[in-house]
Amino acid sequence: MKMTKKIKNLNLNFGPQHPAAHGVLRLILELDGEVVEKADPHIGLLHRGTEKLIENKTYMQAVPYFDRLDYVAPMNQEHAFALAIEKILKIEVPTRAQFIRVMFCEIGRILSHILNVTTQALDVGALTPSLWGFEERETLMTFYERASGSRLHANYFRAGGVHQDLPAGLEDDIAKFCDSFPKIINDLENLLTDNRIFKQRNVDIGIVTKDDALDYSFSGVMIRGSGVPWDIRKSQPYDCYNQLEFKIPVGKNGDCYDRYLCRIEEMKESVSIIKQCLAKMEKGPVKSFDGKITPPSKKEIKQSMEALIHHFKLFTEGYRVPKDEIYTAVEAPKGEFGVYLISDGSSKPYKCKIRAPGFSHLQSMDYLIKGHMLADVPAVLGSLDIVFGEVDR
Amino acid sequence: MKTLIDLEKKINSELASKINSTLTKHNQIYVEIDKDDLIDVTLFVKTNKDLKFRQLIDITVVDYPEQPQRFKVVYLFLSHEFNQRMILSYFITENEVISSLTSIFPSANWMEREVFDMYGVNFKDHPDLRRILTDYGFEGHPLRKDFPLTGHTEVRYNEEQKKVIKEPVKLEQNYRNFDYESPWEGTKYIKEQTDENDKKN
Repeated sequence: MKMTKKIKNLNLNFGPQHPAAHGVLRLILELDGEVVEKADPHIGLLHRGTEKLIENKTYMQAVPYFDRLDYVAPMNQEHAFALAIEKILKIEVPTRAQFIRVMFCEIGRILSHILNVTTQALDVGALTPSLWGFEERETLMTFYERASGSRLHANYFRAGGVHQDLPAGLEDDIAKFCDSFPKIINDLENLLTDNRIFKQRNVDIGIVTKDDALDYSFSGVMIRGSGVPWDIRKSQPYDCYNQLEFKIPVGKNGDCYDRYLCRIEEMKESVSIIKQCLAKMEKGPVKSFDGKITPPSKKEIKQSMEALIHHFKLFTEGYRVPKDEIYTAVEAPKGEFGVYLISDGSSKPYKCKIRAPGFSHLQSMDYLIKGHMLADVPAVLGSLDIVFGEVDR
Repeated sequence: MKTLIDLEKKINSELASKINSTLTKHNQIYVEIDKDDLIDVTLFVKTNKDLKFRQLIDITVVDYPEQPQRFKVVYLFLSHEFNQRMILSYFITENEVISSLTSIFPSANWMEREVFDMYGVNFKDHPDLRRILTDYGFEGHPLRKDFPLTGHTEVRYNEEQKKVIKEPVKLEQNYRNFDYESPWEGTKYIKEQTDENDKKN
């Protein structure tokens, strides 16, 4: 007697509550045995309608929404929005403000890369890196706190500069951190780079070819890992990036392991950029002098009627931005973060489309994971560097 | 094609019949086309050796409810090779169906789904046109200008029915939208009044 058995593919819900999903991702996997046949990510569980809200807020009130997109590197997002407004208004940003902004963007890059590298290690079985890495993140977030008043949702960048100057002593402490941090990167590398298990789980997993990286709109580490030397900080420099020297690490094979290596190297470059910023930073103003955009100081408000009126108008009506249309992109830790802004001459944006890198990266999940094993899903997902704040907006 | 001017010339000469207008500002090129030429123009700018707009950065729509052609569909392209950005756009009416770019750029898939979700624009030949960011069973298109900021429904867990239910939004205080514009520079009601006076004179 012949036994026939019908084998059906198994549908598996990965998430929305899963520690390796890096947030609220519902990934529906179709499995043939242990091999993934199809992946269908369902996103939007963290959708807050950021773009709609921004359309109803003044330009200054819109800034905090950008912190809440990629909440592991908040200031990088604010930067894109500030740059878009500055380009439309054609205002100059004082040099010191430029260096402060770039420095905090690089701090954001380190924040994001530490989180990504260590949680990816966690996903494939290593616990220690996250314990070491998070201590450093805590230090970096205190820098955020000292400059802006809050550890995560900074609301620090403004069109025309930053909200306030750095408090006394912060520059020295950041310099100290820059001296001690390379050792931590080395420690992390000692744990991971040549680790047999880490390599088995990452090498040759989730390979992206050059052409596919372009077709799938990849950016940041995802495209550099595949060997395309593209970095907006270099190719379309904004603020003071053209005065700084840094290298762009590029991968060779486009697999999860190469992307990990790129992130490690980028952290080292970021440390060097921060050091250069500290060295080149001179005392000076941190905000644009245009009184129609920058609110007056507290001292002025107490003495001058004009200043009081300006203050009141800026915080109720807000400044007006002439009619224009612009797309501005910055190199956020996760890739190209862009703001497509349409202003209509009023004090609120008519339309503000946010281009999040994670959105196009996650979209390629099906392409990346097809034919891999179920256990590779967290490894690939980890190396995509997904944060749901920005994917879902 | 090193500079933006060369780029503009190239696009205008090669695609003259398909381009409505071009404009360069903010170091980007803005191109307006007709709805029907989308596929041709995209294929051309992607494959032409002097342009090489190999990457589709984003697709979005701008809603102008007062215009007869209500939606402006916007495509953002990037050329790594020549380090240029292009913004392609065209206008459509509310119920027009537009072609999908998924066959040229696989990444257009989710971008078009988002546009469909947020604005209700339909795409022809899209492999999988579902809502993407809003909830399962959501109604309406939130980024349209006539969709209220507070939305229409709110959800809560109902203890008696033991499930999550939808209810019309109830607000303790209505959403308030103040008119802060300076009366000297003309709030709406003053503008209307002056306009009327102008007409009378």
